[in-house]
Amino acid sequence: MKKFTPRSLQTFIIILIAVGLVLMALGGYFNAAATRLSGAFVDAQAWLSLRYLALVDFLTVPREVVSLRRENAELRAEVARLQGRVIQLEQQVSEAQVLAALVDFARTNPENEYLGANVIGRDPSPFLHYVIIDAGSNLGIRPGMPVVTEQGLVGRVEAVTSEAARVRLITDPASQVNVRLQRSNTEAILLGSITGELSLEMIPQDANVEIGDLVLTSGLGGGFPPNLLVGQVLNVRKLDYELFQQAVIQPTVDFSRLQYVLVITDFRPVNITPLLPGSTP
Amino acid sequence: MWEIVISLPLLGLALMLQLAVFSRLNLLYGSADLLLLVLIAWSLQERVRWAWVWGLLAGLLVGYVSGLSWYVPLLGYLGVVGLAQALRRRVWQAPLLVMLLVTLAGTLLMHALSFVTLRLSGDPLPLGDSFNLITLPSMFLNLFIGLLIYPLLRDLSVWIYPPEVEA
Repeated sequence: MKKFTPRSLQTFIIILIAVGLVLMALGGYFNAAATRLSGAFVDAQAWLSLRYLALVDFLTVPREVVSLRRENAELRAEVARLQGRVIQLEQQVSEAQVLAALVDFARTNPENEYLGANVIGRDPSPFLHYVIIDAGSNLGIRPGMPVVTEQGLVGRVEAVTSEAARVRLITDPASQVNVRLQRSNTEAILLGSITGELSLEMIPQDANVEIGDLVLTSGLGGGFPPNLLVGQVLNVRKLDYELFQQAVIQPTVDFSRLQYVLVITDFRPVNITPLLPGSTP
Repeated sequence: MWEIVISLPLLGLALMLQLAVFSRLNLLYGSADLLLLVLIAWSLQERVRWAWVWGLLAGLLVGYVSGLSWYVPLLGYLGVVGLAQALRRRVWQAPLLVMLLVTLAGTLLMHALSFVTLRLSGDPLPLGDSFNLITLPSMFLNLFIGLLIYPLLRDLSVWIYPPEVEA
């Protein structure tokens, strides 16, 4: 018979304790302690992992600076290209809005035929208020044709080449347009000036003129078709000792930003010069 | 010969810039006259020989495009070229000073011609307002832009007429 030695007894006790611990673990006695232990382990693991990755980043960044710089330059170039594209598209939208307004104007005024044109320049002489448009006799433009925008009257074609035409603005010092005040139905003459200011002359003293009155072409004289919007009365000067009243007009067209215009192509101006006193043979 | 060859495209470009840009850059109601400045700057270059051809071309181009009578820019530009060349021979050591002087006189001449012609044709231009609101601001703009134009035309003249190297 085998004799129990102290070493065998020690082994037996250890196994007994181990089996006991396993049984206790299986019985759920260690759950709370295991949860705490695993939580601490996960935290430690995460901390270690983060520090390791940070260290790796720190050690590898210098090698990526070149590629980052290149990527940055590429992105900057892309941003610049896209910004240019955005500006281009905004400009196209703005142009489209203006053109849409012109088309609307042409649709709402179907009594006339219109031809669209770009304003491509201004007269070199600062004494003259002329613009140059990119439509000429090849497109049917003739001298005397009225020019408008969706906002109102711009001027009249003065000279034409095959591809371009010169338009005298109503703000030109030599421009004279027969107009009428819409509310009081009073006739007057609209004059330009070197400063581009528009004034109404020859308003009868008894006419009732108020600030804000709309000014339209009258059609008298045959130079312009009637009822084209010109502007609004800004200021009235009425002196008892003068024969006529005067008024300053705020034009509806912004002449400093003319880009597109419409030429009324079916209007033929009437030459009344032979009918004027003193011109008969 | 190159001087004449490049005159038309250069003046054409200047005219396009004038119509599209400089006529829209207003100070009060005045604007710069790029062709006038090009003519003055070119006429003041030492070895230029055909400046009057440039004046003729510029006058005809502007006379064709502008609402002014065709002979106004023609006479004005030829007069300015003549003035610049006459002064060049007398004040040859201070070309920039002459540039300013001729710009001043040239602007006055062009505006005086325009004003008189328009008044004679019936345009109601007031003298005081025309001078204060158009001529004076235009003169200022011309003087300022003339300082920028002169070096460009000097470089062009050196390119066309390279300086002779002494042996």
